[in-house]
Amino acid sequence: MLGREAASREGGGGVPPSPPAVATVDAVRVRGLSLLRNGRTVLALADWSVPVNGRCLIAGPSGSGKTSLLQILAGILPPTTGTVEIAGREITSMPEAARDRFRGRTIGFVFQTLHLVRALSVLDNLRLAAFVVGERRSDAELHQLLRAVGLEDRARARPFELSQGEAQRVAIARALVNRPRLLLADEPTSALDDANAQRIAELLVARTAEIEAALVVATHDARLSPWFEQKLELGRSS
Amino acid sequence: MNIVRLALAYLRYRLATTSLNILLLVFGVATIATVVIVAHQIRERVSREIAGIDLVVGAEGSPLQLILAAVFQIDAPTGNIPLAEAEFLRRHPLVASAVPIAMGDSVSGFRIIGTEPALLSERNARLARGRLWERAMEAVLGAQVARATGLDVGASFVGVHGLHGGLAHAEHPYTVVGVLAPTGTVLDRLVFTSLESVWLVHERPRPSVARGAPAEHEHEEHHEHEEHPASSEKRISREGAEITALFVRYRSPLAAVQLPRLVNERPNLQAASPALEAARLLAILGFGLDTLRLFGVVVTAVAALSVLVALAHALEERRADIAIMRVLGATRGLVVRELLLEALLLGAAGLVLGLALAHLSVELLARSFRQVHEAGITGGTIAPEELWLVPAVLALGVLAALFPAVRAYRLDLASTLARA
Repeated sequence: MLGREAASREGGGGVPPSPPAVATVDAVRVRGLSLLRNGRTVLALADWSVPVNGRCLIAGPSGSGKTSLLQILAGILPPTTGTVEIAGREITSMPEAARDRFRGRTIGFVFQTLHLVRALSVLDNLRLAAFVVGERRSDAELHQLLRAVGLEDRARARPFELSQGEAQRVAIARALVNRPRLLLADEPTSALDDANAQRIAELLVARTAEIEAALVVATHDARLSPWFEQKLELGRSS
Repeated sequence: MNIVRLALAYLRYRLATTSLNILLLVFGVATIATVVIVAHQIRERVSREIAGIDLVVGAEGSPLQLILAAVFQIDAPTGNIPLAEAEFLRRHPLVASAVPIAMGDSVSGFRIIGTEPALLSERNARLARGRLWERAMEAVLGAQVARATGLDVGASFVGVHGLHGGLAHAEHPYTVVGVLAPTGTVLDRLVFTSLESVWLVHERPRPSVARGAPAEHEHEEHHEHEEHPASSEKRISREGAEITALFVRYRSPLAAVQLPRLVNERPNLQAASPALEAARLLAILGFGLDTLRLFGVVVTAVAALSVLVALAHALEERRADIAIMRVLGATRGLVVRELLLEALLLGAAGLVLGLALAHLSVELLARSFRQVHEAGITGGTIAPEELWLVPAVLALGVLAALFPAVRAYRLDLASTLARA
């Protein structure tokens, strides 16, 4: 898998940021993208990219297609037209199962409230991320991930025992298990108070920087704005 | 983490529902398996009992009763027949062997049977120790009789009139000369002696066996015999003696057509086919067993339905979880496999526990009720029909999971995530 090769070439977490080996490959590259729903254009994006290590905020009112764009980038929602390249790989033409696996290995996804698999403990949620793409991670690695989000003592906890903020942090840790090239977050802080929102934003930025993954966050949460150098403003399309 | 752990985690997560489903399955499987085990053992036992006996000739009456009394030893005989009447069968060219039996008294509740050594060889019974009877008042014990009474070669005992606690025939003690190896048939529970012994003991006037007294010794003379027991032995004659039944083995299949008719034409005689009567008996029994089995099938079906409802219900709760798994990179196939595995694990648990419960209850049944135990029922053997339950129950589990699995397969990831 190309995605994995790219990931190993870049090295694991903890390595100091270095210039990308292949400067021409962006983390995200979108061309001629459009999404029509019931004959209405929900989303139109002619040419847009996020560089490796880039941090982009997607802003816009609800209904402007923020979530749809994230889903298209994750290969969950097929666009009506256009192509999407993630870490140099075109995902729009991939067969579904291959796209699923590619997503699992290359893209991390964090949601607003949808966090953890309820039947599994915190640690097993992290193991699940490796398992579904056929990877293995040592418990030491997973504990390290939990430590990074400040939850190493909650490894055995069940999701219902966690606060919203804690669950969100576990979800971030889980999104990073497979060392993605791209982390997508859909309103990751909207359900959180200021302190927690601050903490989540810090984590997202710090953790993606550490593994040299790009970060794309869709939100209308103005609190996040200062963290991002790149912005994409989606308007209400008609 | 692997798919089994994942499936187990979900089953644990919904422990109450999981337990209920397993419980339902266990009851269904156990009911069916119990019936299957018992029915199988009864059929086995019955075919063992009638092996080597093609026809039973006895006094007129119910043929089923004749078979039950003479072969299975679980009913009163239809009466006695003169040995001379049945004698013609022994010389008949279509008959390979004909062995007479005369039902005698009992010892410790075990029936004493007067017969010829051929009865034992015909039915492949072997001596564990000692020898066969050669003279009157010599007895060979079935394996269980020896075990239960503690009697062994060289010991002597007296017969008791009737099966349970009647008048003791103290003046005619039997001597044990041999003990049979276990046969797994009713032979284990019988005491064998010569026909003459039975006739000898029963020369006393007794309403039920009055006809059984040898012709030359009229009833009035019996007092005389009682006074001279030793001398009576020599005076016993086969002429006019009566037997309870004659076990016939055919020489050719043709006999099955001719012999019964030949016997039934004679007054006071009837011929009963053990195979036919056993089939009738099993049919009567089968009705009850079928009802029970149907009950088991219904319970199992309800269990399957419950699994289906539980999985379908779980699926509604689980859309979000499935969506997360898909986002994490799980293919539709993996999600479906995981769901099917859950159903399979439920089925397997129900199956294993159900079969265990069935064997346990059959064994407990056998240990609690002497009659069940004596019928040779045990929880320790596996009936071949039981094995059908394995694929059947697992298939049922998968079938129950199919509908939720298809729904999970079709789950629209984008809209599920958008709603969440």
